[in-house]
Amino acid sequence: MDLDFSIIIPYFNLFLQGALVTVKITALAVFMGIVIGLFVGMGKMSRISIIRWICIAYVEVIRGTPLLVQILIFYFGIPQIIGIDIPEYPAAVMALGINSGGYVAEIIRGGILAVEKGQMEAARSLGMSHAMAMRYIILPQAFKKMIPPLGNEFVTLLKNSSLATTIGFGELTRAGQIVAGNTYKPFEPYFVVAAFYLVMTLAFSQLTGYLERRLAESD
Amino acid sequence: MIEVRDLYKNFGHLEVLKGINNKVEKGEVVVVIGPSGSGKSTFLRCLNLLEKPTRGEVYIEGKNLMDPRTNVNQLRQDVGMVFQHFNLFPHKKVIENVTLAPIKVKGEKPREAEEKAMELLSRVGLADKAQNFPSQLSGGQKQRVAIARALAMNPKIMLFDEPTSALDPEMIKEVLDVMKDLAKDGMTMVVVTHEMGFAREVGDRVIFMDEGRIVEEGTPDEIYNNPQNPRTKDFLSKIL
Repeated sequence: MDLDFSIIIPYFNLFLQGALVTVKITALAVFMGIVIGLFVGMGKMSRISIIRWICIAYVEVIRGTPLLVQILIFYFGIPQIIGIDIPEYPAAVMALGINSGGYVAEIIRGGILAVEKGQMEAARSLGMSHAMAMRYIILPQAFKKMIPPLGNEFVTLLKNSSLATTIGFGELTRAGQIVAGNTYKPFEPYFVVAAFYLVMTLAFSQLTGYLERRLAESD
Repeated sequence: MIEVRDLYKNFGHLEVLKGINNKVEKGEVVVVIGPSGSGKSTFLRCLNLLEKPTRGEVYIEGKNLMDPRTNVNQLRQDVGMVFQHFNLFPHKKVIENVTLAPIKVKGEKPREAEEKAMELLSRVGLADKAQNFPSQLSGGQKQRVAIARALAMNPKIMLFDEPTSALDPEMIKEVLDVMKDLAKDGMTMVVVTHEMGFAREVGDRVIFMDEGRIVEEGTPDEIYNNPQNPRTKDFLSKIL
């Protein structure tokens, strides 16, 4: 066994940039996921059955198919239909974001359902409309319950973003591939890649934990 | 003030209310008693449409709640409700619990709403808790805040759904005292409760419900001392 981590040093910037890109697409995808998830999650509870069914179908399709296949469809499949190439970057962000939306929808729905029924009743009994009660009473409480699972979702997505290497997108894992190819030493670069992911997920868990404690102040 | 005509409520195949007829006059305090599952809470919740009646009519000050043109949100502002489990908003401070609806629903100015809220909190003896969160209060204190919150909308009618049932015994009195004051001030009240002392002291009328019907009604004296219906007698013998 002749491990030599010094081979990494010349490529350190590449890893750093890869990590930065990973964080960036994850953040964008999570933001997109939350926006989609908010609508789809509430849509699943809609009184209008067509909206409800569309949202249920969305979640089922997203959760029932592999992310890797979704990314491939997005990057290779969709351009075939619309006749325009989608560059790697937007393809990766959109595929991850749309995927995340399906999971976030369930988190949001779960958070809303976890708020006691009496809260809505109390708000309505004071003359608030359904929308008002949602905005001032239900969603703020639901949001608090959503923080831990949303944190998990962010971490999952951060790791899943590595699948974007399959479309040649230059993020962290791709950096590992490049270095492994250049040096003919796969262990060291992939080990460093794993360490980068771990540092990022740990840092993020810390952040969610902090947020959770801050929001728990009124409990 | 409140008129209920031929009110039915089904939950699926379960008939919970089977034809309720009643009238509550302005300033009247009506106490509803009955065994669990008799429909008394459902009846109360139909009065502000938290439960949608299957059929029948409910009039609040002459407005038919069942009429689709009636603005239910508007109407609910006149009908305050106090729940068994308080249902305070846990993410809001006590004062915000009281001011939220007046500001957001009625468009009151925050300053005015706060002044009024402080008055109400003093009235229920909790002015010093204004800046606390509900989780820092005892059950009795929570329920008194809940009463203040309902009163902040200046309701004409107050509904109480077993307001002392979830309280430790030593806290029941502080809540009942607030309710008694309210009754003496002339508030129209419908109260689901088994607190006989309350019914006797401020109740104008007691309604006994069983199996979705009003079985017997009368003054507290008549119902508690001289019940006519065997089911009323049986029920009272169990709770007294």
